[in-house]
Amino acid sequence: MTKVTLTVNGRTMSGECEDRMLLVHFIREKLALTGTHVGCDTTQCGACVIHMDGRSVKSCSILAVQANGSAITTIEGLSAQGELHPVQAAFKEHHGLQCGFCTPGMVMTAVDMINRRGGSLTEEVVRSELEGNICRCTGYHNIVKAVLAADAEMAAGRQAAE
Amino acid sequence: MGVEGIGARVARKEDKRFLTGKGRYTDDMVVPGMKYACFVRSPHAHAKIRSIDVSAAKAMPGVIDVLDGKQLQADGIGNLICGWMVHSKDGSPMKMGAWRPLAHETVRYVGDAIAIVVADSSGEARDAAEAVEIDYEELPAVTEALSALEGGAPQLHPEAPGNLIFDWQIGDPEATDRAIASAAHVTEIELVNNRLSPNPMEPRATLGIYDEAEDHYTCYTTSQNPHVARLVMSAFYNVAPENKLRVIAPDVGGGFGSKIYIYPEEIVCLWASRKTGVPVKWTSDRTEAFLTDAHGRDHVSKVKMAFDADNRVIALKVDTVANLGAYMSLFSSAVPTYLYATLLSGQYAIPAIHANVRTVYTNTVPVDAYRGAGRPEATYLLERTMETAARELGVSPAELRRKNFIRTFPYQTPVIMNYDAGDYEASLDAAMQAADWAGFDSRRASAAARGKKRGIGMSCYIEACGIAPSAAVGSLGAGVGLWESAEVRVNAVGTIEVLTGSHSHGQGHETTFAQLVAGRLGVPIDSINIVHGDTDKVQMGMGTYGSRSGAVGMSAVVKALDKVEAKAKKIAAHLMEADEQDIVIENGELKIAGTDKTVPWFQVALAAYTAHNLPVGMEPGLKETAFYDPSNFTFPAGCYIAEVEVDPETGKTEIVQFVAADDFGNIINPMIVEGQVHGGLAQGIGQALLENVHYDPDTGQLLTASFMDYAMPRADDLPSFTLSHQNTPCPGNPLGIKGCGEAGAIGSPPALINAITDAIGHNRLTMPATPMKVWQALQPAL
Repeated sequence: MTKVTLTVNGRTMSGECEDRMLLVHFIREKLALTGTHVGCDTTQCGACVIHMDGRSVKSCSILAVQANGSAITTIEGLSAQGELHPVQAAFKEHHGLQCGFCTPGMVMTAVDMINRRGGSLTEEVVRSELEGNICRCTGYHNIVKAVLAADAEMAAGRQAAE
Repeated sequence: MGVEGIGARVARKEDKRFLTGKGRYTDDMVVPGMKYACFVRSPHAHAKIRSIDVSAAKAMPGVIDVLDGKQLQADGIGNLICGWMVHSKDGSPMKMGAWRPLAHETVRYVGDAIAIVVADSSGEARDAAEAVEIDYEELPAVTEALSALEGGAPQLHPEAPGNLIFDWQIGDPEATDRAIASAAHVTEIELVNNRLSPNPMEPRATLGIYDEAEDHYTCYTTSQNPHVARLVMSAFYNVAPENKLRVIAPDVGGGFGSKIYIYPEEIVCLWASRKTGVPVKWTSDRTEAFLTDAHGRDHVSKVKMAFDADNRVIALKVDTVANLGAYMSLFSSAVPTYLYATLLSGQYAIPAIHANVRTVYTNTVPVDAYRGAGRPEATYLLERTMETAARELGVSPAELRRKNFIRTFPYQTPVIMNYDAGDYEASLDAAMQAADWAGFDSRRASAAARGKKRGIGMSCYIEACGIAPSAAVGSLGAGVGLWESAEVRVNAVGTIEVLTGSHSHGQGHETTFAQLVAGRLGVPIDSINIVHGDTDKVQMGMGTYGSRSGAVGMSAVVKALDKVEAKAKKIAAHLMEADEQDIVIENGELKIAGTDKTVPWFQVALAAYTAHNLPVGMEPGLKETAFYDPSNFTFPAGCYIAEVEVDPETGKTEIVQFVAADDFGNIINPMIVEGQVHGGLAQGIGQALLENVHYDPDTGQLLTASFMDYAMPRADDLPSFTLSHQNTPCPGNPLGIKGCGEAGAIGSPPALINAITDAIGHNRLTMPATPMKVWQALQPAL
């Protein structure tokens, strides 16, 4: 057993784990943050996407011990108390989720996408960027709409702030 | 009906918890003392078990116990059953082979469960599962239905000689043969409906908790129908009597049919919890899901469609062989019979139809209902045949369909169904207009100038939802009734809980069911909670599948609301000293019609519970229950058009546009209905272009057991969709709803394949139309 300490959603959190434990299982089982999901065994589905030191990663493809000392944001830490992040709000407004299982990973991927390429997103870019996140419910139609809408709203927000 | 009532695009009440990571799925559940399970599964497609040695596994670190099928059988746990009896045409009942929750004599597919390991951690359970030593005597395996019917094929069950489960027919064989003999033209085609894995994003999971003090079991499970799970586990598997078994299906991450069935794992985890004295949780990994979740489709069919000299269809003859896998899953027998062959009239007036269906055991995971369940197979068969006929006859595919449409309702088909309402031409016209069908030739020419082959194809589908009435399905062999229940509980302060036997696993019932109540009573949608998925809360229900929750589940809510409103009106009339006939309910008030005299809804509720001033003899309280059993199926229908460009260099198909024009009857929430269509289309397009379950035919190994080998549709595989509705209300239920959950998956595969075969100029193409297959189809025949 190894002690792993992370800054998760702004709080320092620690737990003991087997060296083989994946970060996603550490987050779910040791930190009891069950918003991050496991949908496959082969790093294909993206239900486990989190942000680690500001970049989106699939938390099923990294060991918890490798993440020691890093800053993690999970879906639970994306928005301030009671408020939805603009991406979350756009998913709700545009019905970008149905069963909700892929949703945390989709949202974390979309936030990262907008952080990197915000203001320049097109339908083609969004579809290509979402290639690593599988949804079985929505046919992606409304997810794409939601990401584009959130991008436009966040770009407008940035402009207003300037 | 206002901004929150029927017809409004209300954003979903359930979204916030899913968007903030606060959904509660089965694998999220943690209870004190909980341990983890791993199943030992057969690596062979077919083998006898000579011996099972668990001693090394039991000695592994963290292991609580290892239990096998002999112990399970000794404890009286029953075999899994198929709940729909189908008889062969000679009158003999279907041949059900024994399916043990844990096999201890013979395994019949890769993934067949043999033992359960319970350990402190999932990793330790997995390690110990690998240490269970099983001595197998390997047997030859067969994975394809036609091969399984051949003489000398490996035999799966002694109960089913020749691997034949049943040989069933529907329709009039003589009349059909006579019409074919007299036909001016007969189109013949052989079709394969490819095998699919449902793959909801949440893998199956279950948590079994045995409480020794109360002799009571709790089962958390990823189920579309927790009440049916409790019924079956009590009545057939002897897990526990119903009053000693609570089944909870909390948030469930998609189902698409695969979570209807009661699988071995739920039964075994409950039993293992009693044996070990600890709560036992099992969560499937994705490969396990591919190996053990019921698959869908897998038909091989021969079709003859006969036309008279005026191009009217005069007969349809179908011979289908359906692969049901190694065991008969819960509703597997109904899918290739009553959910398939009864839809073979499609949207067309066909005077003579005959279908023969043989179902077959193979060394593959059981096959059962997957989104559409039988209806996609029927639609693919009819619409590819109709398209082929149009090409052979040299007529427009649209006009051939139009000429044969059913136009008067009700319409009795020769294959049981009685269509109640529809306007097939309206959807055809709308789809053709939205797709600019008339302008296709110039688009094809400009694509050709770019070196691309452009094609267009259509499909006119019909389906049947809300299977009912119970007496009718009972007479066809169903082991259950297919009604639904609802309870409307008005609290003393006027807020409302609606308990429903329907189950939401993505469909948004917490919103749409609340819209119905908000619209009826004029109370805020936030004052209404929808409760489902727990057998301790909802008394009984049949669950969600077959697009039944709107047509059947919400109709039950309507019936319960009728009773609640009637009592509320009596109370209001009493309070206002008026005649109850004069009371109307509007905007959250009960009002004497034509006056300004009102009493607010909450005050009536309060009066019902204080009971200080009720009409003489009235019971206190305001809570009503209803069971709704529909009078007929509902019949959604529509027309889908796909337009594609094929790159002849690579064989890759690009979907240039996809148009869906649907008749779903009345719609509660258009936003949610559109979402259902999008998702269905993606699954249908997946079947047509990408997805295929592939077993090695010699070894029976599943070669497509991960998302790296099984091509799930991804965002960059799909276009945005163009949708419209041409709704004719369903006369069979109080809300006029038909159902929308499966249409997309039913109508889209033939539209796409018709478009691709149009692009490549011939008809020799099977699903999925991968770039390799399309490229090969474009090469000159050798």
